[in-house]
Amino acid sequence: MNNYLLIPFLPLAAFVVNILFGRKYLRENSHWVSILAVAGSWLVTVMILINIITEKKVINEDLYSWIVSGEFKVSVGFLIDQLTAVMLVVVTTCSTLIHIYSVGYMHGDKGYYRFFAYLSLFTFCMLMLVMANNFLQLYFGWEGVGLCSYFLIGYYFDKKSASDAGKKAFIVNRFGDFGFGLGIIMIFLTFGTVYYEPVFSQAKGFAEQTINFLGYDVHLMTLIALLLFCGSIGKSAQMPLHVWLPDAMEGPTPVSALIHAATMVTAGVFLVARCSPIFSLSETALIVVTLTGAITSLFAATIGLVQNDIKRIIAYSTISQLGYMFLAAGVGAYSAGIFHLYTHAFFKALLFLCAGSVMHAMAGELDLQKMGGLKKYMPVTYWTMLIASLSIAGVPGFAGFFSKDEILWLAYSGSSPAGKFVWAIGTLVAFLTAFYSFRLIFLTFHGKFRGTHEQEHHLHESPKAMTIPLVILCFGAVASGWVGIPHLLGGGAHFMEFLKPVLGHPEAQGTHAKEWMVMGFSVIAGFSGIGLAALFYLVKTDIPVMLAQKFKATHKILWNKYYVDELYSFIIVRPAIWTAKNILIGITDAKIIEAVVNGVPKGIGELSRLMRKAQTGLLQHYAAIMAFGLLIIVAVMLLR
Amino acid sequence: MEQAIMNNLSFPILSTLIFLPVAGAALLLLINRSNENLIKWLSLIVSIAAFIISIPLFTEFKKSTHLMQFTERHAWIPSLNINYHLGIDGISVLFVLLSTLVTILCVLISWNSIKAKAKEFYISILIMEGAMIGVFCALDFMLFYLFWEAMLIPMYLLIGVWGGPNRIYAAVKFFLFTLVGSVLMLVGIIVLYYQAGGTFDILELSAKTYPYKLQLWLFWAFFAAFAVKVPMFPVHTWLPDAHTEAPTAGSVILAAVLIKMGAYGFIRFSLPLFPEASKAMTPVMLALSVIAIIYGAVICLAQTDLKRLIAYSSVSHMGFVTLGIFALNLQGMEGGILQMINHGIVTGALFLSVGMIYDRTHTRQIADYGGVASAMPVYASSFMILTLASIGLPATNGFIGEFLIILGGFKASQWAGVLAATGIIIGAGYMLWLYQRVFFMETNQKVAGLADINLREIITLLPMIILIFWIGVYPNAFLGFMHESVKHLLERVNSGSMPEAGVTKNILEIIK
Repeated sequence: MNNYLLIPFLPLAAFVVNILFGRKYLRENSHWVSILAVAGSWLVTVMILINIITEKKVINEDLYSWIVSGEFKVSVGFLIDQLTAVMLVVVTTCSTLIHIYSVGYMHGDKGYYRFFAYLSLFTFCMLMLVMANNFLQLYFGWEGVGLCSYFLIGYYFDKKSASDAGKKAFIVNRFGDFGFGLGIIMIFLTFGTVYYEPVFSQAKGFAEQTINFLGYDVHLMTLIALLLFCGSIGKSAQMPLHVWLPDAMEGPTPVSALIHAATMVTAGVFLVARCSPIFSLSETALIVVTLTGAITSLFAATIGLVQNDIKRIIAYSTISQLGYMFLAAGVGAYSAGIFHLYTHAFFKALLFLCAGSVMHAMAGELDLQKMGGLKKYMPVTYWTMLIASLSIAGVPGFAGFFSKDEILWLAYSGSSPAGKFVWAIGTLVAFLTAFYSFRLIFLTFHGKFRGTHEQEHHLHESPKAMTIPLVILCFGAVASGWVGIPHLLGGGAHFMEFLKPVLGHPEAQGTHAKEWMVMGFSVIAGFSGIGLAALFYLVKTDIPVMLAQKFKATHKILWNKYYVDELYSFIIVRPAIWTAKNILIGITDAKIIEAVVNGVPKGIGELSRLMRKAQTGLLQHYAAIMAFGLLIIVAVMLLR
Repeated sequence: MEQAIMNNLSFPILSTLIFLPVAGAALLLLINRSNENLIKWLSLIVSIAAFIISIPLFTEFKKSTHLMQFTERHAWIPSLNINYHLGIDGISVLFVLLSTLVTILCVLISWNSIKAKAKEFYISILIMEGAMIGVFCALDFMLFYLFWEAMLIPMYLLIGVWGGPNRIYAAVKFFLFTLVGSVLMLVGIIVLYYQAGGTFDILELSAKTYPYKLQLWLFWAFFAAFAVKVPMFPVHTWLPDAHTEAPTAGSVILAAVLIKMGAYGFIRFSLPLFPEASKAMTPVMLALSVIAIIYGAVICLAQTDLKRLIAYSSVSHMGFVTLGIFALNLQGMEGGILQMINHGIVTGALFLSVGMIYDRTHTRQIADYGGVASAMPVYASSFMILTLASIGLPATNGFIGEFLIILGGFKASQWAGVLAATGIIIGAGYMLWLYQRVFFMETNQKVAGLADINLREIITLLPMIILIFWIGVYPNAFLGFMHESVKHLLERVNSGSMPEAGVTKNILEIIK
């Protein structure tokens, strides 16, 4: 029974077919190949999910031996356990729907085949990432999705901003992968293997071990966990490596939905969850994870408050929500983090696809200030986006509510020393999230249209290929959370139970009363965010302008995203190029090495010119020199 | 002579490989220079024939032994005990194959771009091939030295006659740099000859032990020859000039095979002949390697010339190779050898690609390009694959080599591993930036309407691209050749005791 191999290799086959035959032969039919492949993967995934739920049978098999060098041995192999199964469902479902949506969105694009080829390649890499049974294959998928992200961000490659953004995403991620790679090497040197199963089962034995790393004595598991976490920071766009994700919005919107919201960017969370046996052995690492998550989620949410680019707001929202997931993982609530990953995939993909639908109607316009009143032109988009926003705002009954509540409750009640602190931040972020999400809704769909006449004339609802995926995702944005309704509300927390064999589940230490209180706070935060947005952008629309005037400096900092990009340019990019130009080429190569290289022959030339002067050709000179020499020899002999 | 096993092939395959191209070159001499087509076709047929003949090396090679295979041995100058002794093991076999493959591509890429003195050009290429294969097969020091120096002449001509505007300077610089290094090695070889009681046989010499002081001196004498060839920092400055001025085929041979000779020399000679000295000098070698990695990579950020950029990237990549070798552990060494092959494939193909576009535009300035992806989609795709292999993306060959090297390097010295890994970040930076400036963004007027690469050019690149994925997806097919030979070599290096001479200690302390 090896049919699970179809899951990754169907999309790979679609990629190969499209990249080889798409440009000349398939052209506007390219999507069929990709859609059939990914739908096939989805079908197999569902079969395997049912198998795992009913029989609890975990698959862990090697396909073939990949690299053998001495005691270093690694294969291409697959692990399908409960965690993988959840990821497979998220990836194949979102991917299938977004493939279909793209048929409408990308219609008529000159690189149509290329777009679908990349989507298939991405799906393959993402599936290899989540299905790996060892760290090196994980790394393969990890770099592979990064590559596809690079291709797709820079899809409109003739635009400088797009190719800049793609390059930036790749290089920023390389900084994170630098740590990740070293983490894998440390794992190999510690455990003698890079397979998950033996590594995780032996990890406890190294719980107290310290090691000398670059001259410092450090706790081994902390070191490994933090090195791995470097990779997560890059891929999941956490501070300080978050800068690439907002720029990644240069890519076509389906790409933003699939790669930069639902799947790839959550790989960092998946990595932490996958390595929970290692992270759990280091309190320091967990605190770093939870604080990084909490601070990033707050930081990104504040930026999201003032932006006007519809996609960038959602991008900052993604960074913020990813922070939420790390916040959860860092307090030991891995399954709650994965739960949020899973609900977030639906409502965030939906938000992006709705934004794409809006752009489609607005002929590519991204500026919220030029929209308004779109509700009556595009009802399906409006309602689906509203539901997605209710979900992300944490309104009870919607998917986002359950996962957010689970995280906040476990942060509050868990044993993490940072728990209460990150809970407070999380609740604040819930308020901000609701506010900026509804700011977007109100500015886009309500009020009067603020764009040009031409744009207004062009406004229309998107074609069926786009709206049907919206409606299906909408169902997910509401109902996906119902599999994890907490016991408090009469549910069975099935999602967390399902993942328990892999991730465990922390025991909440608190009374029902406290759990009601935490839930109450988060609901109040959500509703007050929505309410405030309604006040600002529906009722008293002059308030935001006034506030921006009054807090000019703050507004400027937020508008400029805390100047992080400028900081990096100032301390990394420009010094590196300056050093290369002025020191390495200008001084070391040109002045020092080349001076020696060209100096030696010159010196020899000079020397021979001096010597040449002796060759006068005059007999009397030679005779005189000979006599002089003879004299010296005689003198030396006599004096001895 | 327990060290060598004879082989099951019925003909002297290595001699054939060395002298077939030379015979081809002699045949070219007889052809009238106006008959350009015949010259080209004959060269192509000879190079393909050599490649086909070399295939049994891949299929018939016995991977279960470290002993020399396909050996030939005849007395050559008996009075000095010099023999014509050839053979290959797991370390050299892949280089012979790489040489025969690359020669075909060099003929193909020159097809339309070399018009002047075509006859002499192809003669040089074929003689070059014979000499290169000779270097990898020679098991007698005098024979080795002969091939080693013989390579210089055709290369000198390739740069000096068919090169760019500044070709004479580059050719002389190349020649003098390598010659100075080689002469010191020759002295070393003669010292060894007397020390070992009158033999030039590499296998015999490699089995003896030498006093530590002498090892140290000889290590540095050989270092002079090999470091220049690699090229290691700070004797790398001939490479950018040579690469930039050389014709495409010259750059390809230089990148793919010639600069591998230095690293090969370290593995074949320095390590087994001077194990204690090599071990003692490890910190220095690791430091120089790391400097080369970072220095070469950072300098790439400021390059404005396509070929110069790729040349400096070679300095960085060869830094990885020497790092792997002097990690003195199995992963590092195998990674290093594989990375030599990888670099030959990838950088060779990069120079081929640059040659293709240079033939169309006659400019190497990056600023003259932009938007090439729109005009030449097939070319852009293949260049992208090369870029990705160059920056070590998993599933390409570059990843396997770099990963094993960093793993081995980290084992040998944590700092070396960590610093080398930073080279990968910078590598992504300069290569993607290069790609962006050439292929993306608005189409530059100078490249608008260029014809995409034709069938001949696709055929030239295809073998390299297949190898990139083959090694990336199933590296065991290639690593399998090395295991026994590398294991044997490391046993020899690591069995000796570590002498704590004053010099070593001081250097060690400085490094730490």
